[in-house]
Amino acid sequence: MSTQPYRVIGTRPIRHDGADKVTGRAIYGADFQMAGLLHGAILRSPHAHARIKSIDTSKAKALEGVKAVITAADLPQTADQIVDLGEGETPLSYIKGNVLAVGKVLYKGHAVAAVAAINVHVAEEAAALIDVQYEVLPGVFTAPDAMKEGAPILHADLKTKEFGKATGQVSNIADHFRHAMGDVAKGFAEATLIIEREFDTATVHQGYIEPHNATVLWNNDGRVHIWCSTQGSFVVRDTTACILDLPVSRVKVTPTEIGGGFGGKIPVYLEPVAAVLSKQTGHPVKIVMSRKDVFEGSGPTPGSHIRVKIGVNAEGRITAADATLAYEAGAYPGAMVGPGAMCVFAAYDIANVTIDGYDVVVNKPSTAAYRAPGATNVAFATETVLDEIAEKLKIDPLELRLKNAAKEGTRRADGPKYRRIGCVEVLEAMKASAHYRSPLSGPNRGRGVAIGYWFNVGLPSSVTISVNADGTVNLVEGSTDIGGTRTSIAMQAAEVLGIRAEDVCPTIVDTDSVGFTGVTGGSRTTFATGWAAFEAAQDVVRQMKERAGKLWEIHADNVTFEAGVFTANADRFTFKELAAKLGQTGGPVVGRGAVNPKGAGGSFSGVIVDVEVDPETGKTTILRFTSIQDAGKAIHPSYVEGQMQGGSAQGIGWALNEEYYMSGEGSMMNSSLLDYRMPTSLDLPMIETIIVEVANPAHPFGVRGVGEANIVPPPGAIANAIYHAAGVRMRRLPMNPPAVMQAIWSKPQ
Amino acid sequence: MATVYIPTLLQQAAGGATQLQAHGASVRQVIEDLERLHPGLAGKLTEGGRLRSNIQVAVDGEVSPLGLLEPVSPDSEVHFVTAISGGSSPSLARSR
Repeated sequence: MSTQPYRVIGTRPIRHDGADKVTGRAIYGADFQMAGLLHGAILRSPHAHARIKSIDTSKAKALEGVKAVITAADLPQTADQIVDLGEGETPLSYIKGNVLAVGKVLYKGHAVAAVAAINVHVAEEAAALIDVQYEVLPGVFTAPDAMKEGAPILHADLKTKEFGKATGQVSNIADHFRHAMGDVAKGFAEATLIIEREFDTATVHQGYIEPHNATVLWNNDGRVHIWCSTQGSFVVRDTTACILDLPVSRVKVTPTEIGGGFGGKIPVYLEPVAAVLSKQTGHPVKIVMSRKDVFEGSGPTPGSHIRVKIGVNAEGRITAADATLAYEAGAYPGAMVGPGAMCVFAAYDIANVTIDGYDVVVNKPSTAAYRAPGATNVAFATETVLDEIAEKLKIDPLELRLKNAAKEGTRRADGPKYRRIGCVEVLEAMKASAHYRSPLSGPNRGRGVAIGYWFNVGLPSSVTISVNADGTVNLVEGSTDIGGTRTSIAMQAAEVLGIRAEDVCPTIVDTDSVGFTGVTGGSRTTFATGWAAFEAAQDVVRQMKERAGKLWEIHADNVTFEAGVFTANADRFTFKELAAKLGQTGGPVVGRGAVNPKGAGGSFSGVIVDVEVDPETGKTTILRFTSIQDAGKAIHPSYVEGQMQGGSAQGIGWALNEEYYMSGEGSMMNSSLLDYRMPTSLDLPMIETIIVEVANPAHPFGVRGVGEANIVPPPGAIANAIYHAAGVRMRRLPMNPPAVMQAIWSKPQ
Repeated sequence: MATVYIPTLLQQAAGGATQLQAHGASVRQVIEDLERLHPGLAGKLTEGGRLRSNIQVAVDGEVSPLGLLEPVSPDSEVHFVTAISGGSSPSLARSR
């Protein structure tokens, strides 16, 4: 466990961007203004699947105030190639085709054309004047339907890969893969109890409050400058450069403040379109999505169909597990089924496992990452089956999980063995919690538990630190700050330098002004960019030891630095005192840190939830909810708690309310935040948090990312609580009142 | 020799083996040795002088950002696993 004492780490300073955020001075993408700015609008498909017969833009171009109208034909016509832009290998044609449709539209909301005009009203009016003739095609909207023989085919050139081999078979199944370990048949033969169930989860959206936006200036010198809301300015730079067939050095991205992302603000939608409009007009062009655009035109997380089979012996040890996962990729291949397959049994030590995954295209928006992408779907299935096993074996559900918990040395079905992990410690914290030990009484009430896992990632990060004469430092980084990472990164630098967090001034800069930095995602920013800050601060200390050595006329090796004080013999300088002498000892001190670390250290998370189910309406009320998570070392505990509460709230919404409610023709019928019901503070009790600290031995301060694992267990825990409250096993998300009532009515009397 | 775990997808190319022993002080050298044992296997793992972007290598349980350059010791376990993005870009830096 993490017990090392720190001065700054583990405290709760006020966030550096707090004043700007609470006074409304922070600049978000929609706030951005510049001289000569034009406004863009996107025309989107009204059909879920249709061939584009013709596009006539003449009426739109003739409207007063319209400066340009473009379609996919206006994007650079480059030969198709396989590119890697952050979501694995993807044909460039798929990425471009999602930005502006080519030949066919593959979902309702698919972008078809774009307009730049003197204001957004004229742009929208012009977009409505674009005449697109469609040949409407039958659509397919779920993975099981899309996998059927004779299903409508989305892509005539998409051929199924089966176990890594091209089959030559055109279908909607982009990929079928398998993880296998041990002897599953033998494992099930050893079981005394086998439970096999099937589950469905609906398409849900990340629900970030700030819609996508981009302002782009294609300057006269050929350089493209983008201001946008993104989780990864370098990903936007590289993707846009690739689509526009430009060298990356010609594209600069300045990330504005971001109002949430959760994985959904990694793909590029607007930037290449605004860039081409800017090139054609000679003006900067701003495009801001409406909420309807966000729901229908950006990337939600996959709906899925999942089968899980688990066998246990009489002692409650899991002897075998088997799963089949079919995830909806949306319009283009790339559902998060790979991570789902790696997480479905990741919390448990199981010798015999088979997992099959299918990546299936359907006529819905192309899916994107959403907080531990793919893992929540499978945890709902696995954790529900385990609860049923615990009930049948008459074992406490946490005891059953503890008997089978993954630990250091456990091999996952996809291959690697875990290093130090905190699965057991999370389960023990759950068991010891006041919540779990408290009684729950009253009719129609039940308690559920579940756990979940997310890998976390490393990836490159760059930081520079400049020392000011007054002993403060300026920290320059490239990581978009979504959840308070300015402060969690600054605190790691402050810890090394022996100064206060408030004495570090962090700034997030454009892609020309800092070294390559990966996205704010994968729970990596406090881990990896924090590590870069640690390295940059160490570099500052090394240089300042040399300055102290100069002043004291000794070698730097004889200078020691501890708790913000440089000493040698009887001489001493505080960091502040020495900073004031930099001018006379050689000039500025600038430290740099650039890392691409391994050892991200996965995080386990658990949930205990009490619910009450109204037997007349099927409404589930959350009475009490506790989130437990291994943070490795909580740099800023308030932000760790915030991540846990945020992930829990999203998980509760996924469990109880949220879904893309689709018409039979593939239209999303609830594309507003009024109808797409996310939980609000009025729906939820205070979410209690318990931070577990099993230090990550790979990180200088023991950090494990905490941004994602917390969303994984809520649906499974709530499903289990509903069962214990109402006696019905829920196997479909969302578990909204109609679904619960249907289950109650279907219950054998 | 390092123990290389062959993912299900590639077991056919590895003569049905689930594990192989291979020489090499780096992932690159290990793959070269695998190719000697099972011609064609290297092409399933690498492309254009780097790991295929949908594949990551884990040495002794840790996914390596160095890919082919990751050091391997004689008692190492080497796994080729699906690249995990987590809403992130694991292979962007190495591709551009």
